[in-house]
Amino acid sequence: MASFAVSDAPAAFQLKGSSFTATVLELQSANLAEIKTQLAARTLDAAAWLQQSPVILSVEKVAESAADWAGIVALCQSFGVSLVGLRAPKTMHETLGIIGLPVLASLRPKSTEKTYDADGHRVAVEPETQPVESNAAATTQVITQPVRGGQQIYSAGDLIILAPVSAGAEVMADGHIHIYGPLRGRALAGVQGDTSAQVFCQSLEAELVSIAGRYRVADDLRSDAHWRKATRLSLSEDMLNLYDL
Amino acid sequence: MAKIIVVTSGKGGVGKTTSSAAIGTGLAMRGHRTVLVDFDVGLRNLDLIMGCERRVVYDFINVVQGDASLNQALIKDKRLDNLYVLAASQTRDKDALSVEGVGRVMSELSEQFDFIICDSPAGIEKGAHMAMYFADEAVVVTNPEVSSVRDSDRMLGLLSSKSKRAEEGRDPIKEFLLLTRYDPARVETGEMLSVTDVEEILSIKLLGVIPESQAVLKASNQGVPVIFDAESDAGQAYGDAVDRLLGADMPHRFLEVQKKGILKRLFGG
Repeated sequence: MASFAVSDAPAAFQLKGSSFTATVLELQSANLAEIKTQLAARTLDAAAWLQQSPVILSVEKVAESAADWAGIVALCQSFGVSLVGLRAPKTMHETLGIIGLPVLASLRPKSTEKTYDADGHRVAVEPETQPVESNAAATTQVITQPVRGGQQIYSAGDLIILAPVSAGAEVMADGHIHIYGPLRGRALAGVQGDTSAQVFCQSLEAELVSIAGRYRVADDLRSDAHWRKATRLSLSEDMLNLYDL
Repeated sequence: MAKIIVVTSGKGGVGKTTSSAAIGTGLAMRGHRTVLVDFDVGLRNLDLIMGCERRVVYDFINVVQGDASLNQALIKDKRLDNLYVLAASQTRDKDALSVEGVGRVMSELSEQFDFIICDSPAGIEKGAHMAMYFADEAVVVTNPEVSSVRDSDRMLGLLSSKSKRAEEGRDPIKEFLLLTRYDPARVETGEMLSVTDVEEILSIKLLGVIPESQAVLKASNQGVPVIFDAESDAGQAYGDAVDRLLGADMPHRFLEVQKKGILKRLFGG
């Protein structure tokens, strides 16, 4: 009788998947001397913080330059930085593998990371602003039924509504909003930040109108001469202005 | 195949039950086999307005849960042969209703009747949703008053998106506006919204305008649907509304202030 080779001994360990938060030391120069100077300055300020948290050395920004990677790793470790891994584009994985630390793949382009200064405080960093291209490829949505209170309509391009927009309704678009009827609810144009978006309606009776985040409410719009008239709303220098339509 | 009509509003106290009773009775008076179903579980009052509260043995929930057959629960109206009432439960709550159960009852009723009038509870939660889910047509009862109009608008949005017809992509529910508690004198002084104001905000077909009338309270207390009071303005207005529901093109009455002649003023009108 064959017997299964099942071990009766209790398990010594288990393998599990888990996630951890780590700090990334993103190299912006491959020059050993420059790195050493900054490390010396920084670790003097925040020794405890940097030494106790797991750190991943990212070489993505300096991937092109040939550098003494092993030397950089050793340098960091000598300053007490607990390096647990490296992060690099796939092409470099083989080269870096020799060092002996696990090599991780690059971040996906849409992921976000937070930046910290030497004291471990969060720093607001200007995101690399990409010019907002008017996405002509995004289709214009056309609505023919009245938009009732409580309903929300969103269009990734322009939005055309051939009916009234009731009080309590919300119509939003990345581009322009055209309402061939009264606007009694809220209209938000340029929701992704396009300041050139405009709102057009045959009768302005809105609860709120916003273009790229700059808004005016009914209380304010009511006192304008355009209230209950055909109006075009657009942004000029951060101010929401009303024009005859 | 029966036509399922829901009488709904969103806002409470605007005249849904009064209108359901009047419209259902009106349809039966014109020869159609009609059943009125009360969806207001826990706060039932359709049976009171219809005057059959003393004959309720089994209710809608009993039928949905299989404790009684439909024929055991249906109450025949004492005045009209082809008018029946399915009362709601007083002791349970809306969670006892299920889409499948209600669907089964609707199919069974469709075989026996020409019209099924669903009296919806107030609000937009489960009870109201259940009442409008299977509807073919909707009568949205609105008072000429801002919060009622706003709530009716919300309800219209739900009718066009959350009904079975909407989910299956069939023709949408046919919506009608029933403006109740209309007072032409107050409209003239500008205190009350006019018919045109409400029509403009809601943009749906006007089924009828029911004037504010003392006859309504009298009728409720007596358990006689107001449409039986053929002399009252409200009774006549409901009659016109039923005719329009059946396709007739009637002019709208009771929209103007009734000028009392000298004789009426002397001897009371």
